[in-house]
Amino acid sequence: MTTTLTKPAADAGSPPPKRVRRPKSARAGGQMHAGPIAYVILALFTIGSLLPLVWTAIAASRDNQRLAQTPPPFWFGGNLFHNLDIAWNDANLGEAFINTTFVAGVSALTIVFLSTIAGFAFAKLRFRGRGAMMLIVIGTMMVPPQLSVIPLYMMVAKLDWTDQLQAVILPSLVSAFGVFFMRQYLIQALPDEIIEAARVDGASSWRVVWHVVFPAARPAMAVLGMLMFVQTWNDFLWPFLVLTQNGNPTVQVAVAQLGRGYTPDQSLIMAGALLGTLPLLIVFAIFGKQIVGGIMQGAVKG
Amino acid sequence: MATRHDTAALPLEEGGAAPGRPPADSVPDDKEQRRRARLSRRWQRDMRWSPYAFVSPFFLLFLAFGLFPLVYTGWASLHTVELTDPTDMQWAGMRNYTRIFDDDFFWNAAKNTLTIGIISTVPQLAMAMGLAHILNYKLRASTFYRVVMLAPYATSIAAASLVFVLLFGRDYGMINWALHFVGVDAIDWQNDKWPSQIAVSSIVIWRWTGYNALIYLAAMQAIPQDLYESAALDGASRWKQFLHVTLPSLRPTILFTVVVSTIGASQVFGEPLLFDANKGASGGAEHQFQTLGLYLYEQGWVNMHLGRASAIAWTMFLILIVIGIVNYVISRRLRASS
Repeated sequence: MTTTLTKPAADAGSPPPKRVRRPKSARAGGQMHAGPIAYVILALFTIGSLLPLVWTAIAASRDNQRLAQTPPPFWFGGNLFHNLDIAWNDANLGEAFINTTFVAGVSALTIVFLSTIAGFAFAKLRFRGRGAMMLIVIGTMMVPPQLSVIPLYMMVAKLDWTDQLQAVILPSLVSAFGVFFMRQYLIQALPDEIIEAARVDGASSWRVVWHVVFPAARPAMAVLGMLMFVQTWNDFLWPFLVLTQNGNPTVQVAVAQLGRGYTPDQSLIMAGALLGTLPLLIVFAIFGKQIVGGIMQGAVKG
Repeated sequence: MATRHDTAALPLEEGGAAPGRPPADSVPDDKEQRRRARLSRRWQRDMRWSPYAFVSPFFLLFLAFGLFPLVYTGWASLHTVELTDPTDMQWAGMRNYTRIFDDDFFWNAAKNTLTIGIISTVPQLAMAMGLAHILNYKLRASTFYRVVMLAPYATSIAAASLVFVLLFGRDYGMINWALHFVGVDAIDWQNDKWPSQIAVSSIVIWRWTGYNALIYLAAMQAIPQDLYESAALDGASRWKQFLHVTLPSLRPTILFTVVVSTIGASQVFGEPLLFDANKGASGGAEHQFQTLGLYLYEQGWVNMHLGRASAIAWTMFLILIVIGIVNYVISRRLRASS
């Protein structure tokens, strides 16, 4: 960024300033400074993105009566911890948190490991059928998971896995996106020479994976792990079908059930929604930059 | 091409290990030679089979939890199967499919899926494009904006839907309260057809606009700068540059997001399910925002007809394949024309 800034200034030495200015204004696409209008639009989008989240917290800090009055509340009340406490106990959120962390953690770690070795094979190894197999991987990205829900449910029912966490974990491990993501990364990030050098030293393929591929892939593995964690954490349809409120709910299942009462207490529902969202928002606040980078990286190469 | 190279390379490696060929420096004794042969055999086996070992876990999982269920859904759709006893399957032929064609609720759900899909996808991608264009400027605190735009993506469908139900409340919701300042009477966002579809779509829009904006932004940053410079030298205004440089360069990315959004829109489920928690799977009192995904759930898990639900799933799949083919043809045309 700084180089593009100094470049016109360096050229400005000999030619008249008029000629310098023209190419500078030409940089509309990439490097123009944003004007006030751009900042206004960004501010609107920022408010739009954050308002529902902030308002969740505001509503969770009030009570049901206050939410049934006509200017809706715009600032926090004193009921937040009271509501969080009740929602936590009513929705069995403690257990749900442990379950979801376990499910999302195991899924993310397994997907990252399997995607990295498969992505490495597709990126760097030669084998018969590689092209066709890669096409299948890309093709599976196009098939919506909803279509497989019925037989999966039959399988789970037959195996007596209803309300058991492996019923959620196992189907979530199929991640064509992960394989594709790691392949795209490794094509660029892992030079062939390093693999060759390890081979010359007599390293087997597994040794190459452990000592060359994993260290080189670490940044992409971290990003993929976070993306998969978020995805599994927020997964709704499948856990909703195989897990119930009373047996091993995930956070999403537990939160969704909060709204099902006869006279739903809105401030409690909001407290539950807040509790279900907060852990991921904290993760985003800490690793937001890396996650943004990962999504953008996957996008360009995809 | 890769496979050809592979078959050509193998005999070469074998030749290198063959005993007939004299080694360059010294003649190794018998033992040494056998050791080398063994090592090279192991080496070859490793080179040959480990790629398959690396990709096989994915394909095994895909077979078990992707392909098999997909095919089995097709098989189940030709049977009468009830949720109460999923193992008891009675052959029904095409009856589940013919039934769909006469089923007003199916067509209602199909229409709703289409309209909700359009209402949610078109503004979402258009806004994402505009947002990406702005984010591509030199900005102060640019990382901050990017992370903020992604915050809705981190919010689950369940949490987002529950909040939007309150925001869209008819009597006390913030949106109707804001609208009354501009003279709009209270809108019944839950029970009127179009308002309810707009409200459900807005949840989708809110969650995905920032994500798509980041994808567009990444593609924009990959456009070579000199394209803009030469366009500007030709006297193109900024708007013209956007039309004639940015948009054409983003064509593959736009197609990618359209495909992904279409697939996403075809399966909208959690948002309409939770938007009227009391009505649940019916998608509103008059099914006014029941999507295909929700109808599939209602048939399978509320009415307990798994066979019929499977037929709905496969019809959705076929529709998606048709959309995919149309999309492919269009993208080829576009590529050919450019």
